[in-house]
Amino acid sequence: MALLDVENLAVTFRTADGTVNAVNGLSLSIEAGETLAIVGESGSGKSQTAFAVMGLLARNGLASGSVRLDGDELLGLSQSALNKLRAQQMAMIFQDPMTSLNPYLKVGDQMAEVLTLHKGMSKRDALKDCVAMLDAVRIPDAAGRLRMYPHEFSGGMRQRIMIAMALLCRPRLLIADEPTTALDVTVQAQIMELLAEVRQEFGTAMILITHDLGIVADTCERTVVMYGGRVMEQGATTDLFATPSHPYTLGLLRAVPRLDIDQDELATIPGDPPDMSRLPKGCPFTPRCAFRLDHCGDVQPELLAYRDVRRACHADPEVVK
Amino acid sequence: MTLLQVRDLDVTFDVTPRGAWPWTKPGKLQAVSKMSFDLEAGQTMGVVGESGSGKSTLARAIVGTVPTTGGQILWEGRDLRQMSPRDRRTHRRDVQMVFQDPLAALNPRMTVGEIIAEPLTTHQPDISKKDARTRVGEMMERVGLLPNLLNRYPHEFSGGQCQRIGIARALILNPKLVICDEPVSALDVSVQAQVVNLLKQLQREMKLSMIFIAHDLSVVKHISDRTLVMYLGRQMEQAEARQLVREPRHPYTQALIASVPIPDPLLEAARKRPVLGGELPSPLSPPSGCAFRTRCPKAQPDCAESRPLMQEAAPGHFVACPYHEVISPLATT
Repeated sequence: MALLDVENLAVTFRTADGTVNAVNGLSLSIEAGETLAIVGESGSGKSQTAFAVMGLLARNGLASGSVRLDGDELLGLSQSALNKLRAQQMAMIFQDPMTSLNPYLKVGDQMAEVLTLHKGMSKRDALKDCVAMLDAVRIPDAAGRLRMYPHEFSGGMRQRIMIAMALLCRPRLLIADEPTTALDVTVQAQIMELLAEVRQEFGTAMILITHDLGIVADTCERTVVMYGGRVMEQGATTDLFATPSHPYTLGLLRAVPRLDIDQDELATIPGDPPDMSRLPKGCPFTPRCAFRLDHCGDVQPELLAYRDVRRACHADPEVVK
Repeated sequence: MTLLQVRDLDVTFDVTPRGAWPWTKPGKLQAVSKMSFDLEAGQTMGVVGESGSGKSTLARAIVGTVPTTGGQILWEGRDLRQMSPRDRRTHRRDVQMVFQDPLAALNPRMTVGEIIAEPLTTHQPDISKKDARTRVGEMMERVGLLPNLLNRYPHEFSGGQCQRIGIARALILNPKLVICDEPVSALDVSVQAQVVNLLKQLQREMKLSMIFIAHDLSVVKHISDRTLVMYLGRQMEQAEARQLVREPRHPYTQALIASVPIPDPLLEAARKRPVLGGELPSPLSPPSGCAFRTRCPKAQPDCAESRPLMQEAAPGHFVACPYHEVISPLATT
């Protein structure tokens, strides 16, 4: 049985402009210890998928479908039941480490809170564990740093604290939502290396949400490509990158300027990202797709197996090149 | 004639620490230190560096919105600081800027037509309304906007379109130099490629010079003729853009290239990527000697003593490190 099984997940938001479908019929699964990337541009629904799994949707948001952790349904659980699972079974790290740490609390206090609350440890034991964990994420002078406030740390250090905090209860699933987007490249490389190390040490499975195809290629075994709240293509990262069979994946890979290849002109995807409150009935990528057929805008293609990947596209995969 | 020459440029800010006494002497923050480079007409100079490396301050000094504290900026051979007010106005017309956050850079209460026409009506106050309108229409078409969107407001446009409006505003005066400060970093990958291609095309057509500032080395390599690498306000390396990536000589440039993951899983698995340790030192108290030595894998004791000068390591390839050697972090083993 997979560690996490998401089936036909839909996330909708009630807004003043009507209902917005952020995620539509998403299915994915992740095994214990595995790494899965969710790639997509802004508004593709990748973050909302993570929030739905963690039970952290905004108040006007509603998730339907099924999200099972170890076979147990998560959707519809009460807050207190979810609280038992969060941190212990699954944890999340966010994009901006400054806004996700409490500026009024010392780092040691907010870290220890995780353990006293979830494991019922005494504060003294909890602090001991925190020091060990800060050592594990290689923060120098961990014991001294516990008494400092978040603003006294640099961006990279704050993200290390977030990672340490997420791993305190040894969760089996870690969801990282753009963990390095706010950081400089050299610090990003440090954090990604650290994540790979601690994941191996604790055997944690990870869902990495990002828009950076380079990071995906570097870290994740499997990849899900999202656009307009739907899965366009999913499969092993090596297959997906070597022979993309969906027009959007293909376009995305070609639009990235590469360090190792000299390109004269970048291939572009014409048009703009979709307006989520006015999606076409069929495939959301239709208006920008170079391979679109007459019925693409009306009929949503199913996610079907093709070679080693699964793709949702009406166009003949042999033509998409 | 060389369009722009920057010679030993210094920009220093006075910084008062928070909570300091009013009579405390302010600290000196060297945002740009001893920067030198030339920009020929029609060329693009890429500037890369991490946050706090002084790239934006450099741009502002060249535009003239930040006072310089040392060195010279020569615009068509004339010192910016000694220009007559009349020449200065011409300089301001000839140098335009495109900013990072496309929506924040546009006045929400002005229509797109007004925004694009504003530089025109400022610098040519006697231009007729009709002429201004035609020029705006032409420019909108040129950057890929429908001219009938003239009366819309910025919030009605997507990020990519807003950046096109920003570019149209910068180009309406036919400037000689356009400084782009992180013009694509707020955009999605698919839109980023559109804007990069547009900038490249416009530069060719209008024979513009460009200074392209970004933290993303891949984008800079793609768009620039030459690239300048900055760290803590100092220049580390300067070379032809593709050569800089192919044969980097400075340990910092090498670390920067090694840090960028490439969207090719097989290549990534085969590639050696040494990770640079440590973090950016405080610009208020930069390390003595070479600013990079605290994180440099090759640092020697004498790196702390004197600041390494830029030396020409190969034709047109300058590097500020006495221990430089070509190491390619793109090579697979």
